[in-house]
Amino acid sequence: MLNFSRWAVAGILLPLLIGVLCAIPSFLPDNVVSRLPQPLQTRVNLGLDLSGGSHLLLEASTQDVAKQRLANMEEQVRTELRRGGERIAIGDISSRGGKLSFMVRNPAQVDAAVERIRPLTQGAGLTGQRDFNVEVVNSSTIVVTPTSAGIDNAVKSAMEVATEVIRKRIDEMGTREPTIQQQGGNRIVVQVPGLQDPKALKDLLGQTAKLEFKLVDTTANPAEAAQGRAPVGSEVLPYPDNPSGIPAIAVKRQVMVSGEDLTDATQGYDQNNQPIVNIRFNGSGGRKFGQVTSQNVNRPFAIILDGKVLSAPNINEPILGGSAQISGNFTVESANQLAIALRSGKLPVALTVVEERTVGPQLGADSIRAGLVASIIAVVAVAAFMFVSYGRFGMYANLAVAINVLVILGVMGILGATLTLPGIAGFVLTIGTAVDANVLIYERIREERRRGRGVVQAIQFGYKEASRTIFEANVTHAIAGGIMLALGSGPVKGFAIVLLIGIATSVFTAVTFTRLLVARWLRTHRPTEIHI
Amino acid sequence: MKLLKLVPDNTNIGFVKLRHWAFALTALLTVLAVGATAYRGLNLGVDFVGGLMIEARFQQPAQLDRVRTTIDRLGVGDGSLQQFGDPRTVQIRLPLPEEGGAGAANAIVEKARRAMTAEFPGVTFSRYDTVSGKVSGELIQNGVLAVMLAVIGIAVFSWFRYEWQFGVSTFVAIMHDVLMTLGFFAVTQLEFDLNIVAAVLTIVGYSINDKMVIDDRIRENMRKYRKMDMKSLIDLSVNETLPRTVMTSVTIMLALGALLLFGGHVLRGFTAAMMLGIVVGTYSSVYVSSSLLITLGLKPQIEGKGSKSGLAAQAERMGPRDDGARP
Repeated sequence: MLNFSRWAVAGILLPLLIGVLCAIPSFLPDNVVSRLPQPLQTRVNLGLDLSGGSHLLLEASTQDVAKQRLANMEEQVRTELRRGGERIAIGDISSRGGKLSFMVRNPAQVDAAVERIRPLTQGAGLTGQRDFNVEVVNSSTIVVTPTSAGIDNAVKSAMEVATEVIRKRIDEMGTREPTIQQQGGNRIVVQVPGLQDPKALKDLLGQTAKLEFKLVDTTANPAEAAQGRAPVGSEVLPYPDNPSGIPAIAVKRQVMVSGEDLTDATQGYDQNNQPIVNIRFNGSGGRKFGQVTSQNVNRPFAIILDGKVLSAPNINEPILGGSAQISGNFTVESANQLAIALRSGKLPVALTVVEERTVGPQLGADSIRAGLVASIIAVVAVAAFMFVSYGRFGMYANLAVAINVLVILGVMGILGATLTLPGIAGFVLTIGTAVDANVLIYERIREERRRGRGVVQAIQFGYKEASRTIFEANVTHAIAGGIMLALGSGPVKGFAIVLLIGIATSVFTAVTFTRLLVARWLRTHRPTEIHI
Repeated sequence: MKLLKLVPDNTNIGFVKLRHWAFALTALLTVLAVGATAYRGLNLGVDFVGGLMIEARFQQPAQLDRVRTTIDRLGVGDGSLQQFGDPRTVQIRLPLPEEGGAGAANAIVEKARRAMTAEFPGVTFSRYDTVSGKVSGELIQNGVLAVMLAVIGIAVFSWFRYEWQFGVSTFVAIMHDVLMTLGFFAVTQLEFDLNIVAAVLTIVGYSINDKMVIDDRIRENMRKYRKMDMKSLIDLSVNETLPRTVMTSVTIMLALGALLLFGGHVLRGFTAAMMLGIVVGTYSSVYVSSSLLITLGLKPQIEGKGSKSGLAAQAERMGPRDDGARP
């Protein structure tokens, strides 16, 4: 129990030394650490509540995805049946109850219609799973129902694209070290440290940035448009900044060019020094735009963002160069934001913020300082108490605690774990519980001495008997910690990480390491009496 | 040097004798705690009820009345104010608009910021949280699930490792700790948020730690003194571990005391909960879980059964301790 071979000593000291060394970068200034080689940059990350910053949880509505998909399908069915030599006439398409249903006018064409719709419903993957089921009811009505596998796939791919788009947008904002992660089926976690004001970020993430150019329907009566009625082939869209004062305008349904055809967007100024967004189309987009503008000179077209008309300028001359500008009631900031959003592409699904936590950098700095002060005072108080209670043995325990604190930091650095404010509390608590193992051992040694055992034997028994208790107590403690880690969110998790690492390292330092120290002292001094 | 001993050597306090009184007191307190929780309710934070929480920091000590009128004038719903930490910090709670998601909550924060800066120059929002009703529902669910799983997991562990009586008594004692903590939050109306769930789980962890140490000693003594009756055996075990129980409670209290006084206002509720939990947990180790073992009919002669229930028990069968120690 008290004899250590040379190898055992090395085996105990080496991991502790590595742990302590790994803790060092956490105390060095940024510019020194960045010059170290990558594997040596074992630094504890500060959580948002310490560094200041924003945590956003974004959620996509799966219903939204399903609805949009159904709308696309409706459009595809319409075009498909209208296309080619043999047109198939159909009645109104209803999309009630999450499925499409429509009547084929000529009953003889029902089979042909099904034949032509089927290929549209094939999923993209190789599994051969259908995204939609096509059925004929009442011999002339065709019903197209989305399969649940199809919806799941659509949501999944929409979320992948959305995560990518968000990453691009945040990178464009030039913030440092953002974390963007998909969570569960339809959520994305965004964490941006050190942001003073997350308003701009949220505005940017809240924009779907679906850009469309459509011709204004000049035949529509503005008064009717105000009441939401539009001629066939047109629709009424909100137009908040309409110079005529009516907050709506009728536009053609057909899209001239959409945001997908953009290659670049930048913020700029027009001739009146008003902020605008300059956009550049790709080849096909530029051709389409040129063609439509040449055919519609002196007519207005609408620039539509996320279903709202930004402005409806007149086409003064054909726009052939493949670039154009978006005017609207912009500030420099909002024009810049729109440019970023357009560059990074549109979100396939609208996202809403369901949870936000923002901590100002000042509060974060205050928390670090308070946490540090509390930790130091806790260590000093506990150390003093241990010393007056157990003398020399108390100092061994204190040395173990000091090393333990560093090793926890080191292990957190190696794992890249994040230290949060509750994590600091976990730290302070670990200091309190780490000495518990030593208390158990020392009280046991006192007991064995009282029973009349000799010094060496009492110490041996103290360590042996207490070790079992310590193991059991810590296993149960770790159960609680593990559950916190698995189920906890945010602060609970940060606390659990520190607690679990602390349990593992404190058993090692408090039991094995102090045993080594005690054994050394016994061998060199051969005491006949101990003060404990 | 004379070393400090908080507990004198060889105490012989009759804990078990007092158990009926202790049970009555414990039951009464637990009922009161549950009653307080049911009657007054917990002051749930935005984490659990959803909404918007703004922590505003003023240049001068804040006048709550003026802040209240400023917030009321916004017309964004019933707000509640609370001094938080030092007199210059005020916590403002507002309901979250039903519709509109990100934009709407954002707009309220901006509106509040504008109104407050106009009224109190130099005020800053040092942090704010918005949690939608949906997410807060999930957080509640996860929190309750975590605490329940921890309690059950630990009870099952001590059941497998020892006899079922230990599992049951541990379970009862920990439930008692959890309920007392809830009661404390109901009475003080301190804010109950996600951090407090972590605190409750820590209390569970600490309390179980404490009980394991005593249970372990009871087991050891059961092997050592096979003829001793259960009451004296438990008294002996609790007395033997008493110095450790007190020492550890004191060291943890010292550490937590430092955190309470110097750790900043954000962690204050969290630390208060843990300090209470340490007291309650220590009490329940001595008076609830150990004494309950007698009521549950734990018998010293269960070596046969014990040997089947766990690796440690097997190892211990190699022989009771006979090492020449003179009692």
